[in-house]
Amino acid sequence: MPSLFTSALPVNEKIRADVDRLQLGFSHHGIDAYGIDKAELARFFTALEWAYRRYFDVHVYGAEHIPLSGRAMIIGNHSGGVALDALMVLASCFFELDPPRLAQGMAEKFINKVPGASQLASRLGQFTGLPEHADRLLRDDRLLMVFPEGARGTAKLARDADSLVRFGTGFMRLALKTGTPIVPVAFVGGGEAIPTVMNLYKLGQFLGVPYIPVTPYLFPLPKPVKLQLLYSEPLVFEGDGSEADEVIHGYVEQVRSRIAWLIEQARALRAGTLKPEELELR
Amino acid sequence: MKVLITGISGKLGRLVGKRLDSAGHSVLGVDRRPWAGAPERVQMFQVDIRKRPAEDVFRTEKPDAVIHMATVTHLTHKSPDRYRINLQGTRAIVENCNRYEVKQMLFVGRHTYYGAAADSPLYHTEDEPPMALNSFPELADLVAADLYAGSALWRYPEVNTCVLRLCYTLGGSKHGTLANFIRGPRVPTVLGFDPLFHFMHENDAADAIVAALDKNLRGVFNVSGPPPMLLSDVIRDAGRQNVPVPEALMNLTLGRFGLPRLPPGAVDHLKFPIVIDSAAFKKATGFQHAYEEAEALTAYRKSD
Repeated sequence: MPSLFTSALPVNEKIRADVDRLQLGFSHHGIDAYGIDKAELARFFTALEWAYRRYFDVHVYGAEHIPLSGRAMIIGNHSGGVALDALMVLASCFFELDPPRLAQGMAEKFINKVPGASQLASRLGQFTGLPEHADRLLRDDRLLMVFPEGARGTAKLARDADSLVRFGTGFMRLALKTGTPIVPVAFVGGGEAIPTVMNLYKLGQFLGVPYIPVTPYLFPLPKPVKLQLLYSEPLVFEGDGSEADEVIHGYVEQVRSRIAWLIEQARALRAGTLKPEELELR
Repeated sequence: MKVLITGISGKLGRLVGKRLDSAGHSVLGVDRRPWAGAPERVQMFQVDIRKRPAEDVFRTEKPDAVIHMATVTHLTHKSPDRYRINLQGTRAIVENCNRYEVKQMLFVGRHTYYGAAADSPLYHTEDEPPMALNSFPELADLVAADLYAGSALWRYPEVNTCVLRLCYTLGGSKHGTLANFIRGPRVPTVLGFDPLFHFMHENDAADAIVAALDKNLRGVFNVSGPPPMLLSDVIRDAGRQNVPVPEALMNLTLGRFGLPRLPPGAVDHLKFPIVIDSAAFKKATGFQHAYEEAEALTAYRKSD
């Protein structure tokens, strides 16, 4: 059954065919073992393609660094009051790769409690961010998408959009435990798309979400601006996940500084002080 | 082998009883309810598992193995009896197994043990604790019975104890929690939610229980067959009408308009999935399901 949000959406036949090429082991009911739904994916990616190719001016660099098969973890920065960053990573993994891949995010817990959102997120493989989910999906050779800044990161105001807040460390222990390569990605432009000036935490609490972002024009509706995604070469760390905290922090810092370096280059591209062929994505 | 089955007159009890009987085991059935049409060689004792006459069966018959299935699992059953049967009954069976030197005890529990909650993971493994008991106190007795039976593993190590957590079962008998829920022409769902439902054919479930007995299984195991299906697909393929109800109106509508009655806590089971990982059971027993999910639904629908 289509979710409340997507039932009226049209489907592009080319995208339906691309969904069929996802290596998720769909049953004859059109779902995989986790309830990811082919029909829902086709509707969703048809809408997302419009946003990705027409509404926003999206520039992707280094998509070739995302492995085409096998387990991998895309680690990115949050930028912008809503999960625009996650949507664009999802879109780039589907539209830039051949065969396409489904990036599976680790969603905030509140999403699964909201009628409609719960159903949609589940059908698109965007499960609640639990270690059990991450571990199982990686062992199943899925492509995981993690934003270690968490809700602290989406709550960034527009003026801080290109900065990084504290990274959680859970992703690193999981990567070590499951032998998963980490693909760092920087997302730049979220601050321009959704210029958050403040977050309403009390109202959010009342509505069952972490906060409501407020823009100069009130609603967190994204503006059609230039967005950049820069993927770098995967980082592989040796270990089993039982390392001491300071070791883990050191590894996380390597990932964090790689993303900071990618953000810096994205800004230089915007300023015109760097040419695309001069990018260092390693 | 002499096998005592409690709750033998229930759906799964009959299927297991018949299988063990035709495999040449001598089967003793204990149930308060009669079993009309039981195979001739099955010896029936119409007694309460918590009472002395049931203990007498242990004393005089000296069974080698016990399969304990006398638990009330319906989400809708609310009588105070339920607690007494599920927990006190399990306690009596465990004690009798130890006292009368039963070699193998199988407790047949349910996957609803894990609970349905917004933040519980897909594919529960046996080491996970039960969740969401606070929102569904009606399940607490089943959870307690499951944990109590499991505690026999360390309290009475000489009894080979096995706790099975079965997913929902469906089939021609039309009995069971899921079968009851989708029995009417209209089935309520919660608007904006469409969880995965994990079920297997009742014949497969009976085979799995027999396999656990044959392999002398010890420990706690999830039991499932084919992968789960979306609730909306289950309802459609059962030929029923899906009636999405906003959660706020759920209590007003359940039990009316031809919709089944459900305790308030059961609503979470219509919002969030309970899906189990049964890899350990399949590895230990070599069990393979014979019926796909569609076949279980067809069997259910055919008996309409």
